[in-house]
Amino acid sequence: MAKLGAREIGAARSSRAGSRRNQPSATARDRCASDLSALAACRRGFVDSSLVTAYLDHAATTPMRTCAIEALTGELTRTGNASSLHAAGRAARRTVEEAREQLAAALGARPSEVVLTGGGTEADNLAVKGMFWGARAQDTTRRRILVSAVEHHAVLDPAFWLAGHAGAEIVLLPVDGEGRVDLDALAVELEASADQIALISVMWANNEVGTVQPVADVVALARRHGVPVHADAVQAVGQVPIDFAASGLDAMTVSGHKVGGPHGVGALLARRGLALTPVLHGGGQERGVRSGTLDTPAARSFAVAVAAAVRERPEQAARLAVLRDDLIVRVRAAVPGAVLRGPDPAADLDAEALDRLPARLPGNAHFTFPGCEGDSLLYLLDSAGVQASTGSACQAGVPQPSHVLLAMGVDEHDARGALRFSLGHTSTAAEVDALLDVLPRVVARAGAAGLAAAELGAAAAAGGGWR
Amino acid sequence: MAVRVLAALSGGVDSAVAAARAVDAGHDVVGVHMALSRNRDQFRSGSRGCCSIEDAGDARRAADVLGIPYYVWDLSQRFEDTVVADFFAEYAAGRTPNPCVRCNEHIKFEALLDKGLALGFDAVCTGHYARIEDRPDGSRELHRAADLAKDQSYVLAVMGPDRLARSMFPLGDAASKTDVRAEAAARGLAVSAKPDSYDICFVADGDTRGFLRERLGAQPGDIVDAQGRVVGAHDGAYAYTVGQRKGLAIGRPAPDGKPRYVLEVQPVTNRVVVGSAAELAVGAILADDVGWLAGEVAAPSAADGSDVDGPWVTCSAQVRAHGGAVPARVRALPGAGARIRVEIDGLAGGPGLRGVAPGQSVVLYDDTRVLGQATVGATERMMATTQVRG
Repeated sequence: MAKLGAREIGAARSSRAGSRRNQPSATARDRCASDLSALAACRRGFVDSSLVTAYLDHAATTPMRTCAIEALTGELTRTGNASSLHAAGRAARRTVEEAREQLAAALGARPSEVVLTGGGTEADNLAVKGMFWGARAQDTTRRRILVSAVEHHAVLDPAFWLAGHAGAEIVLLPVDGEGRVDLDALAVELEASADQIALISVMWANNEVGTVQPVADVVALARRHGVPVHADAVQAVGQVPIDFAASGLDAMTVSGHKVGGPHGVGALLARRGLALTPVLHGGGQERGVRSGTLDTPAARSFAVAVAAAVRERPEQAARLAVLRDDLIVRVRAAVPGAVLRGPDPAADLDAEALDRLPARLPGNAHFTFPGCEGDSLLYLLDSAGVQASTGSACQAGVPQPSHVLLAMGVDEHDARGALRFSLGHTSTAAEVDALLDVLPRVVARAGAAGLAAAELGAAAAAGGGWR
Repeated sequence: MAVRVLAALSGGVDSAVAAARAVDAGHDVVGVHMALSRNRDQFRSGSRGCCSIEDAGDARRAADVLGIPYYVWDLSQRFEDTVVADFFAEYAAGRTPNPCVRCNEHIKFEALLDKGLALGFDAVCTGHYARIEDRPDGSRELHRAADLAKDQSYVLAVMGPDRLARSMFPLGDAASKTDVRAEAAARGLAVSAKPDSYDICFVADGDTRGFLRERLGAQPGDIVDAQGRVVGAHDGAYAYTVGQRKGLAIGRPAPDGKPRYVLEVQPVTNRVVVGSAAELAVGAILADDVGWLAGEVAAPSAADGSDVDGPWVTCSAQVRAHGGAVPARVRALPGAGARIRVEIDGLAGGPGLRGVAPGQSVVLYDDTRVLGQATVGATERMMATTQVRG
């Protein structure tokens, strides 16, 4: 009796949760994912008409592409371990190898260079730990790891873990005010101690402020000294042109769910001949570098999504840059105090025409709103149907000031008022409109809350209370 | 229009059921977990404290089950500046703070409530066991919980009337914690069987003395008796609390062979004074930082500049979270600053109060109704009386 009651309550609550969040259901999303106009129509049908929803957090994760959903669900009906030798196993292996070839072709790599992993974080861990141990195995004096100060935690934390557990020495490469890695500092480190460096890891593009890093310059410097380089390209795929072979990188991380593919799958592209020690040991899959039964459906869906993202990139990047520039202009007009963080996209006009990389990811806009706390802004926007991110790394949902902004020289107080808007393949002008409809009110209210908190903080510091 | 309620979700069973009741009442409820600790290492599977990563996850799951939005708000800086800083400063000054009172005063019903109000909420809802009664004239009274064993009015008395007006304690009428757990289970809340929290949440391993020593350093000094004779040594007077018996490490027994207790902590001379249980009995308390939730205890008229004390008001007084109230009387004192004198009714053969430390809160009740509270500044021992009676 009591149990039935519990279930009833739970069910009632769940349905309520669904309506509150104003998210289309999974099936609704499936039906209309990639087609933009269809998506807009679908949204109108599934949400409270008084509340337009805007999903402005593509850097966190992206809606799955129809093609990726079809590839995934189609494959789920088939049985077969890609390592088995019978017919079912051979069929699965064929699917995996076709996916591998598709990924390699889309990213400018050889199929044998694609190591499938359980996502971007695992690929980053494999790169940092695997390259460190690989280098050390050949030369025990190579124990230094050079990483940019704005890397994702999936790179920073393994590096610092190695420092704490395996005698690594971490060098954080500084960045400029726009988040771009300091090449002079890198050159100095290389001159001083190239023969002690196990690896360099500099991300292709930053996940918070969208800064595109000078990866080619990093590789050129490193190559002169024979030091291997890894780049986390999770945010860059589908936004900027990427060619692994042409980049000269030794290793590169990609992820499925940031490009309209499934969660829980990614890859490390590892140059042939790179000394890479395994992190996961077991059945010896993936050249013995990454053991574990291959996820055939995920691999196929991932490959399809990456191929689509890369194929659509020129048009999507141009379209998103226009949307994003519109967003920036209107945010600045609506909130004069807002400070754009990261490179000014004006520098990117005609970047494509000039055949060079843009300074900033076309889908990224990042601001700090002085006097506001990011969690207040996020709550107020969310309750108005606009979903954005404070852009900081969330440890169990606990907001911490962003290490990226701090590395860029933003002070801790300003860093707390950060908000990231990231656009992707389903983004529409209506979503930008929805943001701007509510943003002035949201910032005014968050500012009032911030002011009250600041006064209270000052009173607390002075030792006063209400008594 | 529905009342917009900010439900503070600690990750425990009480706050989850309180939020559930607020949802049932038809309010528009949003769950918020306060990130109070800056220490990332507090992943604990035990029951201590209320700010581990596990607790944040439990709070999130409770919000999911209730179908309410959930956010984490970072109030760690304010917590550090008020509750933690006060904790060290008070112990260093030889006083005994109550961090839960300070947290309610500065964090839950100030920082959190103010932020909530500024963001458009009407009230804060917590899982505290206390009752709020609305009077016909629109004022509100704070009362003890229906379940006296769980009553938390003591740690809530510090909030002013303005804050009480913006608070909700849906568990005030709960018959018992067992009932609340059963309700949580019936609602499908996974925290229904989670152990109660205890100890101070920011002292991760429960070792308060070690925690203090880490921050304040070792400060060796003497343990003396009431006549000033040295009877032992200590590593820091701050680690001792009036009424404490354990951990004194005095080799020599007392002349009367009876156990010795801490009577006083003297930070200036770094001495800890010990004595018998009888010497712990308190006859009167002088307290400051007074805050009233009721209007009976009139302040002496400051306008006439007279030195006259306010009139006595009969009440009961409670000096710790889980201790009963004893019959007493209170009156306001003249002069600068809000001060009161509380006299314990020891002659009536009542239980009296033992081991009252400066820094503790004294909360005054009229039956179940909270009159107000103040911070103990000094005490007068009942020793003379006790001896006469003995």
